[in-house]
Amino acid sequence: MDALQTFWATPAGWTLVTLGEVLLVVVGVLISLAFLLLADRKVWAGVQMRKGPNMVGAFGLLQSFADFLKFLLKEIVIPAGADRTVFLLAPLVSFVLAFIGWAVIPFAPGWVVSNINVGILYLLAMSSLGVYGIIMGGWASNSKYPFLGSLRSAAQMVSYEVSIGFIIVTVILLTGSMNLQAIVEHQAGGFWNWNVFGGGLEKNWPMAFVMVPMMVMFFISALAETNRPPFDLPEAESELVAGYQVEYSSTPYLLFMIGEYSNIVLMCAMISILFFGGWQAPFPTPFLSDWAPMWSGLFGLVWFAAKIVFWFFMFAMIKAIVPRYRYDQLMRLGWKIFLPTSLVAVAVVAGWRIFTSV
Amino acid sequence: MDLQAIAFYTLATILLAAAALVVTARNPVHSVLFLILAFFSGAGLFVLLGAEFLAMLLIVVYVGAVAVLFLFVVMMLDVDFVSLRSGFAQYLPVGLVVSGVLLLEMILVSGAVAGSGAASKVKAVAPTGQSPPGMSNIEQIGRVLYTDYVYFFQAAGLVLLVAMIGAIVLTLRHKPGVRRQDIADQTARTRKTGLAIVKVVTGEGISE
Repeated sequence: MDALQTFWATPAGWTLVTLGEVLLVVVGVLISLAFLLLADRKVWAGVQMRKGPNMVGAFGLLQSFADFLKFLLKEIVIPAGADRTVFLLAPLVSFVLAFIGWAVIPFAPGWVVSNINVGILYLLAMSSLGVYGIIMGGWASNSKYPFLGSLRSAAQMVSYEVSIGFIIVTVILLTGSMNLQAIVEHQAGGFWNWNVFGGGLEKNWPMAFVMVPMMVMFFISALAETNRPPFDLPEAESELVAGYQVEYSSTPYLLFMIGEYSNIVLMCAMISILFFGGWQAPFPTPFLSDWAPMWSGLFGLVWFAAKIVFWFFMFAMIKAIVPRYRYDQLMRLGWKIFLPTSLVAVAVVAGWRIFTSV
Repeated sequence: MDLQAIAFYTLATILLAAAALVVTARNPVHSVLFLILAFFSGAGLFVLLGAEFLAMLLIVVYVGAVAVLFLFVVMMLDVDFVSLRSGFAQYLPVGLVVSGVLLLEMILVSGAVAGSGAASKVKAVAPTGQSPPGMSNIEQIGRVLYTDYVYFFQAAGLVLLVAMIGAIVLTLRHKPGVRRQDIADQTARTRKTGLAIVKVVTGEGISE
């Protein structure tokens, strides 16, 4: 046993442990994605009074796996005038960047691949890189619809990143840390301590009037950032066929799609962590100190997963019930409404923190 | 060789190779993509130095925003590769002079830092002896930036603001005759202002 302990401390052992953790997270997220994708389609179908996929497996549970096989087994078509390397690199970039963000997400107390001090900045950086997959794909396709789609998408993502950044700053000001684990721990002790209600600290409740709108704005910005309806202008089929993905088929298309959904779930996880206490239960949990770390970890994981699923359900409902925005309306919302509002919110929260606490 | 050394040499090699490819790649879009790779490896080197905040800023600002604009502009250009390559011999002497001057300056600066020049008095942002333990380098940077150098920081912000206003003034123009959407106007429209019921005499139509 001691020999094993010392082995884990060596560089080789550390590398093995980290690799195992990374594999666990990636496989876990991938399998959850398969079912979330099905849930998305089922919710959409339910709103339109259809049944949705129900043929493969019980209730269509295995539909995503059947789709997966089909995508893998089809031929990869590369357009004649395309830049082959960049064309194939783009979906890979999209896929990898969508998964790399999960490295800092705390799933439960202590259950995180990399507990870095700038976790939240890391997430912001990785989500700002997501635009490259789209731009590269649109340009390398050497076709006008993908190119227009990718230009739209880039402008959209860059615009909404700014307000997302400011909203994140309000959360950082409330918690005083950029470490995601610390942000979650700060919101312990019941739902009234969650950041959306002012982040606890006994007398911070008036901040709820700022943080509830910030949460709503974060959610809307997340929709725009992940190119989901009603902001799915990069792939507006009535205008651009399918935007940057027009020329993609088979596995590259699959990579784009998995990347897109992984980004959506990552955004759901971010909302849960920043505003809704991450793995904290919505009630005080003093009894957890008696539990084995394994079980209290699982307890946290269940709450975290429940919150993610709730926000994913909201994403799916929005897709089903909200019509698409016009492009100038989208830009107006981002630059003329969200940016000033979030800037004022940063000033208000900063003022509150300075003039009320010690 | 420990992990850190392996990581450093890998990142440094990729950085140098990418930087070389930025200048030599034929396709300007490929050049920008290699530039992004170079930024990325630079961020990795910052992480190795323990400056994770700077690394993240490098990625958010340069890779996430500046390089996207580069890519935008370069993609929009209609590049003629033949004419691009024709001027190579002509620009070579100028390029060599500029890079020679740069090299000289870098040698001078690093010599000054290493030796006992004026730069030897410059201290690191937070000497290890003075900073409280457990303080992350974000807090250290924040403390230095908002206490010792707060006026310079504000001045830098003002310069950026002026630049931004300048860019807006240069591009903003109101052409007469262009119909713009006025949302307040639209929502203020009522039945009274928007609707008129006219009795039309058969065969005569309505004159404006």
